[in-house]
Amino acid sequence: MPTIGFLLVRSRNISGVESAYAIMKEPIRLAVLGAGHVGPVIARLAIKAGYSVAIATSGDPEDIALITELVIPGAQPRWASDAMADADIVVLAIPLHRFGDIDPALLDGKLVVDAMNYWPAGDGILEPFEGRGSSEVVARRLAGSAVVKALNHIGYHELEDRARPADAPDRRAAGVAGDDPAAAAAIAGLVDRIGYDPVRLGSLRAGRVLQPGGPVFGVVLTRPEFERAVRQDARSLA
Amino acid sequence: MSYTFGLDTFGDRNSDADGKPLSHAQTIRNVVEEGVFAEQAGVDFFGIGEHHTEYFPMPAGDVVLAAIAARTEKIRLGSAVTVLSSDDPVRVFQRYATLDAVSGGRAEVILGRGSSIESFPLFGYDLADYEELFEEKAALFAELLKGGPVTWAGKTRPPLLDQDVVPHTESGPLPAWIGVGGNPQSVIRAARLGFSLALAIIGGPPARFAVYSQLFQRALEKFGRPPLPVLVHSPGHVAPTDEQAKAEFWPRWREIIALIAPDRGFALPTEESFDWETGPHGALYIGSSETVAQKIATNLRALGATRFDLKYGMPGLTHDQLMTNIELYGRQVIPRVRELLS
Repeated sequence: MPTIGFLLVRSRNISGVESAYAIMKEPIRLAVLGAGHVGPVIARLAIKAGYSVAIATSGDPEDIALITELVIPGAQPRWASDAMADADIVVLAIPLHRFGDIDPALLDGKLVVDAMNYWPAGDGILEPFEGRGSSEVVARRLAGSAVVKALNHIGYHELEDRARPADAPDRRAAGVAGDDPAAAAAIAGLVDRIGYDPVRLGSLRAGRVLQPGGPVFGVVLTRPEFERAVRQDARSLA
Repeated sequence: MSYTFGLDTFGDRNSDADGKPLSHAQTIRNVVEEGVFAEQAGVDFFGIGEHHTEYFPMPAGDVVLAAIAARTEKIRLGSAVTVLSSDDPVRVFQRYATLDAVSGGRAEVILGRGSSIESFPLFGYDLADYEELFEEKAALFAELLKGGPVTWAGKTRPPLLDQDVVPHTESGPLPAWIGVGGNPQSVIRAARLGFSLALAIIGGPPARFAVYSQLFQRALEKFGRPPLPVLVHSPGHVAPTDEQAKAEFWPRWREIIALIAPDRGFALPTEESFDWETGPHGALYIGSSETVAQKIATNLRALGATRFDLKYGMPGLTHDQLMTNIELYGRQVIPRVRELLS
């Protein structure tokens, strides 16, 4: 088990309540919600990086036991509520139109990675997300959690192939956006460990550049290319 | 090991030699000619994927397949895919059972969503219900395939009570597959319901799907079912040389991806990404007969699959280019893959 180190995340959430999310012991416990296209890929990368990973769907863990054994060896299939309760970090990798099924109370005090995307051609029109930053909408509903947008903008079939160790010359960048600097820093650490150069964006609002149709969505860029694409986008909006 | 080789089309709208789009009607008539020619060239299966767009004007592939059936004798004919979620499983069964009758037992069906969802608003379905629609309808379709009277109740269509659904097929259940794009839960569903597995691989390294073949066979064991075949469906284009194949395909590929990218969240392809996808580790089968044959053989082995369906054509290619593709695929690629795998 690689050494991960301790991580203390303190923050003030939207309602102004000071909270300490967790003193994370090693290994950091990740709960990945979703065993579709994206969830297993993130789970595999996290296992490789030394995290303890639970995976859950909306149903019985027995239903994903075989998937876990073959596709995500090393992960534990669990009920979603148990996986969330025990996790330091919860990764949302479910279709956005199912997000409303999650009880926000189960995520209180958790660091939440929003890896979901809104595109109407896949989800249908979801009124609350129309014309908005999808992670901002997610964060408003999960008021007791620290929501960070990450791992949503690289295609699931590329996310694994393009991951590289920190010193690799062909390492690519991945965006990390959050309103809570400590939470964003923690997730930048996760992104770094699974194989990407984290590029911090100042807020969930700024994280809209990571959304479908944004300048870095679906393209896998180096840090300078990534930063240039984001800057050019900012200029085009100005 | 016995292998089969197919061709699939989405009714990609043809252009003439000057790049002017042909009518939808002419494109559909060309598909009939292509299907008939595929048999002559030695292709085992001809599939038509349901689409509802200006550039894939192919909503009623079963009608086109019936026309091909009337002019052929051996080639198997099927959907690739039928968008079951926005259709009535009873009607889908009836249409393909009718095709089976017309063709003397040559019909198959591949069920799925494809990556196209335009049929949902067209027929009044909500995309957010996709999962429930597909799960329920696929389960009903599995019942219909058994051939006896069906009793069924669910949320997505009116119930059936001891209903005899006609026409009866004369040579057992239609071969039926579920198309999967890389969601492991869809693989489990295919096994649970007893469908064969069609892996649609349209980007990224095909080898990453090998685990899905293993998952499928293990899941069949778990559900107490006998082994079932796995097929691979991928886009491609065969021409006399690698250079010609890429030169013909690339501008058409770039155009179509640019058209659908905003809706689907795809990245725009670059010449670099296209080169990678057409190379040995990518998902596109584009090149000379030898290049394409080598890649098919390698991936069938890696994926434990016994059938390969090449999705040929692309909106804007000419009928002549497609006929050349079909001829090379049938007369050169298929025999060469069989040789490489023997």
